Amino acid sequence: MTDTTLDRGGFDVRSFIRDKIFLGMSLGEYFRSLLTPGNAVFALILIVGVPIIVYRFAFGIGASSHLTQMNPWGIWIGLDVMSGVALAAGGFTVATAVYVLGLKEYHPIVRPAVLTGFLGYLFVVIGLCADLGRPWKLPVPMAYSFGTGSVMFEVGWCVCLYLIVLALEFSPAAFEWLGLRKAREWAIRMTLALTILGLCLSTLHQSSLGALFLMMPHRLHPLWYSGFVPIFFFVSAIIAGLSMVIVESGLSHRVFKDQVDPKDHGKLDKLTLGLARGAAVVLFAYFFLKLQGLVDSGRFDLLLTPYGYWFLFEMLGFILIPSFLYAIAVRRQNATLARWVAGWTVLGIVVNRLNLSVIAFNWNAPERYVPGFMEIMISVTIITIGIMTFRWIVNRMPVLREDPSYPQH
Amino acid sequence: MDLSRRTFIKFAGAAGAAGLAAKPARAEASALRTVNTPAVLVDTTRCVGCRGCEAACGESNLLPPPAQPGSDAVFSTPRRTDPSTYTVVNRAAASSKEGDVRYVKRQCMHCLDPACASACLAKALEKTAAGPVVYHKERCLGCRYCMVACQFDVPKFDFDSPAPYIHKCTFCAERQAQGLQPACASVCPTGALQFGHREELLEEARTRIYQNAGKYVHQVYGEFEAGGTSWLYITDVPFDKLGFRTDLGPTSPPELTRTALAAVPFVLTLWPPLLMGLYTFSKRRAEASKSGEKEAHHD
Ligand code: SF4
Ligand code: SF4
Ligand code: SF4
Repeated sequence: MTDTTLDRGGFDVRSFIRDKIFLGMSLGEYFRSLLTPGNAVFALILIVGVPIIVYRFAFGIGASSHLTQMNPWGIWIGLDVMSGVALAAGGFTVATAVYVLGLKEYHPIVRPAVLTGFLGYLFVVIGLCADLGRPWKLPVPMAYSFGTGSVMFEVGWCVCLYLIVLALEFSPAAFEWLGLRKAREWAIRMTLALTILGLCLSTLHQSSLGALFLMMPHRLHPLWYSGFVPIFFFVSAIIAGLSMVIVESGLSHRVFKDQVDPKDHGKLDKLTLGLARGAAVVLFAYFFLKLQGLVDSGRFDLLLTPYGYWFLFEMLGFILIPSFLYAIAVRRQNATLARWVAGWTVLGIVVNRLNLSVIAFNWNAPERYVPGFMEIMISVTIITIGIMTFRWIVNRMPVLREDPSYPQH
Repeated sequence: MDLSRRTFIKFAGAAGAAGLAAKPARAEASALRTVNTPAVLVDTTRCVGCRGCEAACGESNLLPPPAQPGSDAVFSTPRRTDPSTYTVVNRAAASSKEGDVRYVKRQCMHCLDPACASACLAKALEKTAAGPVVYHKERCLGCRYCMVACQFDVPKFDFDSPAPYIHKCTFCAERQAQGLQPACASVCPTGALQFGHREELLEEARTRIYQNAGKYVHQVYGEFEAGGTSWLYITDVPFDKLGFRTDLGPTSPPELTRTALAAVPFVLTLWPPLLMGLYTFSKRRAEASKSGEKEAHHD
């Protein structure tokens, strides 16, 4: 498999496809290797989901969702966009730690984190296209009609630029796979600049996603509405990024066991605990920030209402308790516990984003929004395709392992 | 152990710096625009619920004719505007002290500093210098941020169409450009809708309130609400009974996001040098510890 046709000069399409695409198998062997129970589940989701996506574009948003004039935003925004962007924050968090802060021991997880980030954003944009009424108009705010006073404009531009940055950040792995040494060298030379640019863009759009809600004190429940929402979003994105890297690397090491460099096998627990340590502190700080927001709003009276209980559950169950559990995992050097807490924290971030954009959103409107089956299926299908793409790339490119023919950078 | 502690401090530092850069956008009283913009004064005590305004609006904007013309049944439940209805006249939940039924016409308020226009990333909704907030359909992405941003729930969306647009009252911008009144105001038989300059209509509204002691509620709705609107309402039944939100406050919605947007240049100018500094620092330290190790070996 490491037999790189290109490096030997001559280019042979057949062997290229066989080596690079079919993992060194013949077509028949390759297809037989795809017949696994996991793939059966994926196939089932696609068989149901893809026609629904087609239906969505043929008959419109009204026909395929429970969105209404009173509730024009639903889970496509809350889950696919808001949560997706937060969970893809691992790319900038880990890249900054390694390339800017010089924490070299985290190097083995940079590539998976950057790849997760890239695919995360790519599928956020794809999910967004399902939500947009006229997705083919996306070039308008990019090319000629600039709504510079709009927070959404800032989000759009940052996400678009950051997607390019992530693609470039990941490109060395793709170039190694294709055996393009020159291109790879160029790409690697840009690493530091890209990382810094990536952190700038992430700071901006992660917080701006929260800033979208600043204009909606009339829609958002007072316990969630706060002038600090942009800061909450940025800080919780760091938590989401760290936790997601823990979850993703834990799963990857299990699923892609044969991909991982044997010399990295022992390292993961140590790295996981390092990330957990960071997540514990940021979560703790986030708890106090949120507390400050509550004090600032002065709406303690609302805590003893159903929305208040839900708010307290988020504060304690998804922020304070995981912060302590992370700390316990670090103290006891228990990486398994850290992974469970990370999974719980990831869920907590999704709950938070859904709270802002769906649950505590339009809380005082006469009609409630509950997502419909087709709506959920479209989100599930897009996430599934994202996971399949991740797997396709990890199985081919040097993501979890290093390509021995290239020096570490 | 030591390394991880440094990780913390750095992460904590990063979070703190972001806090400084993105100063919370606190509600600031907006500087109301004093420009003498076109406006309509709605005196609900004069409206008889004839719905002539609805019909005129439909005709002028090439919309289907209003629902159940001439029927009283249409008032049994309050209606909302939709993609083919830019204005609706509803019967109020309460009647006047004298027992008269009250009707209220609703449509886009044509805010002075509109949330919808500030929300739109493509300038598809735009506050024109002439006054009306207009929609350029060819720019619209259909993101519906304008719908959730508007405090008055005005922009409506073609949920049934695979190529949907936003719809709302246009303030008859084209008629106004020709020197005409908005269609609704031009047909109102009772003078419940009065078109004019905003400052003058505010004077007029106050005069009516003061000259009819005890009749009107002492508030011109739209004078301050959400930073001020071009449609102004006076009434003799409480505004919440007419279906108006009374919790909006005087801050114009875009004002709430301006501080957040102002943080952009700070992030872009502060982060790169700061990060380069951190990078140099960490590199030096790594080199120092490396040479330290070497020396240790030599010993
Ligand atoms: S035309 Fe005038 S009187 Fe008739 S419903 Fe409209 S606002 Fe009221
Ligand atoms: S009422 Fe709503 S749609 Fe009309 S101008 Fe104001 S914000 Fe825009
Ligand atoms: S739906 Fe259209 S008009 Fe409304 S904010 Fe989005 S792009 Fe602008």
